[in-house]
Amino acid sequence: MLKYIVRRLLMAVPVLIGLSMVLFAFVHLLPGDPAAAILGQHATPERVAAMREYLHLDAPLWQQYLIYVNNLLHGDFGISVINSQPVLHEFLVRMPATIELTVGAMIFAAGVGIPLGRFAARHSQHWPDGVVTVVSLLGISIPVFVLGLTLQYIFAVQLGWLPASGRIDPRAHLVIHTNLILIDSLLMGRIDLFINGLSHLILPAIALGSIPLAIITRITRASVLDVANEDYVRTARAKGLSERRVDSRHVMRNAWLPVVTVLGLQVGGLLGGAVITETIFAWGGVGRYVVDAINDRDYVVVQNVILIFALIFLVVNLVVDVLYAFLNPRIRYS
Amino acid sequence: MAVATKATPIADSRASRGLWTDAAFRLMRNGPAVLGLCLIVLFVSVAVFAPLLAPYGPLEGTLVDRLQPPDLSHVMGTDMQGRDEYSRVLYGAQVSLVAGVSSVIMGLTIGGLIGALAGGLGGKVDTVLMRFVDVLLAIPGILLAIGIVAWLGRGLPQIMFAVAMTNAPIFARILRGSLLSLRESDYVTASRSVGASGRRLLVRHMLPNSLTPLIVAATLALATAIIDVAGLGFLGLGPPDPRTPEWGTMLTDSTKFLREAPWLLFFPGAAIVISAVGFNLLGDGLRESLDPKMKR
Repeated sequence: MLKYIVRRLLMAVPVLIGLSMVLFAFVHLLPGDPAAAILGQHATPERVAAMREYLHLDAPLWQQYLIYVNNLLHGDFGISVINSQPVLHEFLVRMPATIELTVGAMIFAAGVGIPLGRFAARHSQHWPDGVVTVVSLLGISIPVFVLGLTLQYIFAVQLGWLPASGRIDPRAHLVIHTNLILIDSLLMGRIDLFINGLSHLILPAIALGSIPLAIITRITRASVLDVANEDYVRTARAKGLSERRVDSRHVMRNAWLPVVTVLGLQVGGLLGGAVITETIFAWGGVGRYVVDAINDRDYVVVQNVILIFALIFLVVNLVVDVLYAFLNPRIRYS
Repeated sequence: MAVATKATPIADSRASRGLWTDAAFRLMRNGPAVLGLCLIVLFVSVAVFAPLLAPYGPLEGTLVDRLQPPDLSHVMGTDMQGRDEYSRVLYGAQVSLVAGVSSVIMGLTIGGLIGALAGGLGGKVDTVLMRFVDVLLAIPGILLAIGIVAWLGRGLPQIMFAVAMTNAPIFARILRGSLLSLRESDYVTASRSVGASGRRLLVRHMLPNSLTPLIVAATLALATAIIDVAGLGFLGLGPPDPRTPEWGTMLTDSTKFLREAPWLLFFPGAAIVISAVGFNLLGDGLRESLDPKMKR
């Protein structure tokens, strides 16, 4: 197993190097002087000169690249041009909000999608299967922003059941420890704040989770149907096991594999979708940070947030691959 | 073609009419796919005939008429500048169609080239190109598009290129994958043994047989391309002229008037969903009809 993990880690190295090169090119291939482009039109010559020095623009390109990588390895992901704050620090401050949102979306997607897929497979070729197929088709066809705004209109504006935006009532006195509102409210022992935070999370999590929900439903359904036709499942039934036991011990154990892979692959989409969801629901996470940075033309922030997101995505995929190998011994020994 | 003979169901007593004709017949018997096709025809006709169908110009309107709810003179109401929402939704189809189709064609060209070179040549070329594809795939799609638009500046060609680059690595992987599996197939070995050159093998024998998964992926990609173009517009990275009737940009405008004018959300939103549903249904139908072994 350890050998597999090491091999898988080594495979990520060329991707990391390539990624750093592409993102290095992103800033250094900006039209005109990169320093001037980064600082915008109204920068003073002194600031441009300082930025040129910071980026080592007078050094040869390969040297600039090595300095960039060296900085990255030392945790220096650049400094925002707008507020002069280190990007990594700003990222880490906002990350808990994005984690809370994406985890919420994932729980919704997997929590509803897996049972829905199993239900559809059990009733395949009957009307419940058709309903689930339509739901999953709509799930992948309704963009996050259309669903998000529609949910906001129905449940916040019209019915007033749930808050329209934000992470918690602004009047709430929450002591921030982790910046995960649900955890912080529990740490304070305040169930009311927990419920308040949860009510803010529901709409964004549903909006963001709808596409993964559709995909997970489809994959679970297909995977369960695939396994259900295997000889060993027929054998299990033939020897008189209860339907429940056949389902849990023989079908689901084998049907999990593709589902786990898809769960991991959804993380990339969730991080991307979070950018849009956070914009709709004024959710103060990393997504909004990127959108604000784009509007401010803060290229260093855009460049490095993309890099950090890609790193997270790579790590998640690595974890999924290891989990997959753990679940499926054939992968480990191949 | 070997695939065509295999594709004919045993129960079907008729002789095979060829892969594509057989597939077209199966597609026409697939209800959801036909519905998808109808939605796409509707979407394309609306885009092409927008100037004839729209009662007003997309930029025409006075502030006196602003935020009028739907009625007989404005069936989808008016926006905050008094412009007819119905006309703008119709013209918006043009932007979505052009941007969606162009970005998928661009993505197919770039991805196809990478995939064909990697799968056809193999060796070091394959390794280098596939690592590049891995890098692009490591960046979540919409973020890659955001980065490219932020880098190249706002504009429709930039948006198309950005969306193309999110699709290109997927197309490259699909094409490379099917080329690799074909390389080991009997008929390619046979052609090689009678002396067919590498180029002839790739162009005449392997590429035509590896197109089916690519066609399916491209149809499904049209749905995501339309959504991504609108998504970029929604984030404020749409066409530089804010008056352009682009569905995503129109949705951003709607957010300011969600309470007073919800129709500004529903109509452009429904337009995006209908076109995406169309391409998704057709893509799924194509997959089933091109690969008859697969069942729903």
